[in-house]
Amino acid sequence: MLRWILIGVLAVGVAGTAFWGYQEHQEKNAILIQAENNYQRAFHELSYHMDILHDKIGTALAMNSKESLSPQMIEIWRLTSEAVSNVGQLPLTLMPFNKTEEFLSNIGDFTYRTAVRDLNQKPLSDKEMSTLESLYEQSGELKNELRKVQNTVLDEDLRWMDVQLALATQDEQTDNTIVDGFKTVEKKVEGYAESNVDSALTGTSSKEHKYENLSGEKINKKEAKKKGKELLNVNGSDNLTVTESGKGANLPIYSISYQNGDENGYMDMSKQGGHPLTLLINRDVKEKNISLNEGLEKAKEYLEKYDFDQMALFQSNQFDNVGVYSFLYNQDGTRVYSDAIEVKVALDNGDLLGLTARNYFMNHKERDIPEPELSSEEAREKVNPDVTINEEHMAVIDNDVGEEVLVYEFLGVLGNETYRIFINAMDGTEEKVEKLDGTEINFASNFKGSIMPSLFYI
Amino acid sequence: MTYKKLFLFMMMCFLVMGLHSSYTPKPVNAFTSQVIQQGATGEDVIELQARLQYNGFYKGKIDGVFGWGTYWALRNFQEEFGLEVDGFAGPKTKKKLADATKYDAGFVKEQIRKGNEFTYYGGVDKSKQSKPPKQQSNTGGNAKNNQTGTNKAADNNVNVEPTAVNVPQGYSQNDIQLMANAVHGESRGEPYVGQVAVAAVILNRVESPTFPNTVSGVIFEPRAFTAVADGQIWLEPNETSRKAVLDAINGWDPSGNALYYFNPNTATSDWIWTRPQIKKIGKHIYAK
Repeated sequence: MLRWILIGVLAVGVAGTAFWGYQEHQEKNAILIQAENNYQRAFHELSYHMDILHDKIGTALAMNSKESLSPQMIEIWRLTSEAVSNVGQLPLTLMPFNKTEEFLSNIGDFTYRTAVRDLNQKPLSDKEMSTLESLYEQSGELKNELRKVQNTVLDEDLRWMDVQLALATQDEQTDNTIVDGFKTVEKKVEGYAESNVDSALTGTSSKEHKYENLSGEKINKKEAKKKGKELLNVNGSDNLTVTESGKGANLPIYSISYQNGDENGYMDMSKQGGHPLTLLINRDVKEKNISLNEGLEKAKEYLEKYDFDQMALFQSNQFDNVGVYSFLYNQDGTRVYSDAIEVKVALDNGDLLGLTARNYFMNHKERDIPEPELSSEEAREKVNPDVTINEEHMAVIDNDVGEEVLVYEFLGVLGNETYRIFINAMDGTEEKVEKLDGTEINFASNFKGSIMPSLFYI
Repeated sequence: MTYKKLFLFMMMCFLVMGLHSSYTPKPVNAFTSQVIQQGATGEDVIELQARLQYNGFYKGKIDGVFGWGTYWALRNFQEEFGLEVDGFAGPKTKKKLADATKYDAGFVKEQIRKGNEFTYYGGVDKSKQSKPPKQQSNTGGNAKNNQTGTNKAADNNVNVEPTAVNVPQGYSQNDIQLMANAVHGESRGEPYVGQVAVAAVILNRVESPTFPNTVSGVIFEPRAFTAVADGQIWLEPNETSRKAVLDAINGWDPSGNALYYFNPNTATSDWIWTRPQIKKIGKHIYAK
């Protein structure tokens, strides 16, 4: 009898312990994930800040006017301090990372000093320019190293908590990519310091314009369905669903979608006039059959079909086997940046995969474009003399306070970088300077090519 | 293996392959018929860059992506050779370029395949224009690796991939990857547009003054996304979520400028219901 009671008590005890253990385990996991996320955030922000820092310094090199240089320096200074705080959050206490921090604070000091100085009285000296140039170069290297580490981290799913364990146990045997990667970063920095994305210029207005110029009458659901069928290029209407937007929408719209095997499509159409705002078709794109250039011709055809007139190509890019084209509205030779349309064409058969005209409809109107008060030559003089200007356009852009201004747009080269520089056509203000990139080393393929084989043969 | 032996071996490989290919002579055509324009990628771009470098117009890396450097080089070439300056490599430009330069496809492709740092200027000894990548350290592995590399390299018709990729202005592949992780974790059961919409919400938050100003800041903001809080973000994302992210970055926003979204069946907060709703895609309601 006693024996059974004992067994019973023990069994309850064991079950209780198991339950308690499981709960502890769950809690521990939750906390681990939380801590891991904090590290991940600091790390990804660090590499992002480095990226922007590099960009900003590059842009500063191409700036000419004091009015834009001082704010730029302040921006760089702000970014360095953010990057330093990111470094501080990483679990690298056992690892030497002070050189990088030092480098960052060097940039910070330099930019702070120049930012608070009246650049009208005392412009940047040649020596300071060369300092800035070398900072640009160094931050570029640092950025690349960090991006490489980041790529490995993402690719191989590495955990910062493991790094901490590796650092704590000082285990030399464990090959820890993060630690190794950071050691390389640190080495690069030895001997010498570091960017915000001006989110793409096109279509972003700080002031929300209000779809003022939507033409046409309100359409009902039935008409929307008919029109959608046409625009999405589907035959049967049975699997087409139409829904209406809620009251939070900026503009009342119909959303039309269909599913056809592996292919599905979706579009937003304004209730007023039935204009296509966004359109997306998702399917597998097969092998490339037509060139980016032929795709462009297709894209132009689609624009015509959807009644968008006077759109000029702004840029084109190939991502895998899809061509993405960006168009700007062109009013008598002046391109209007806020009236942008993007078109996506499948390069296997030239079909339309997507179109987004939200910005176009939000901002578009016939503008009263004034005659420029400055001649092109006068505007060129406002550009940094080190920049070789290769291309010139007239454009309307939104400036820092969200007003539309008429500008001369210059595309020029300084060193190996290409810049887009906007000079106000009325008063000569340097409105915006943008460093253009858009290509990047394919870290994934470079890694697989050089590191992976050596791993296999060890 | 010593370097001499290695070198001899490589030479032999070259010879053997050289003999072999001379049996089946193929007409050497410059470029394919496509008009090459900015943003294009692929072998034609590699050839274009190599040829422009051969006569000194292009000083950048031969990476197979038609970026700004290539654009200016092409325009300068067109100007100097009396062609219409438009930055498009059309039939006339390509013919002029093919007549004026030489293109050693075997050499260039081999360099790319091996990941060497190299240039391709005309009139300079080729062997002086290439050096192996820095990262490699263990010789044992490389020797084997190089052998296979050489064998393939002698065949001019093997495809090579560009060593760079197009990224949207201001974004890195890593930013895209991180967003793809988040989108996959948050909305992998959703239709494609739903995934684009989730990516668009992340970007709308980056732009919004009430949220962090970086992609990683928005994603890792405590309690912002459930997939981050429970670790689902670290599931391997698929190609669809990456495509969705690219679309969102390129300007597509099916969410209608939303800052929030929630699943009405699982939402635990009452507050979220007070937000003005824009629309519903799949299981998610998008709100401002």
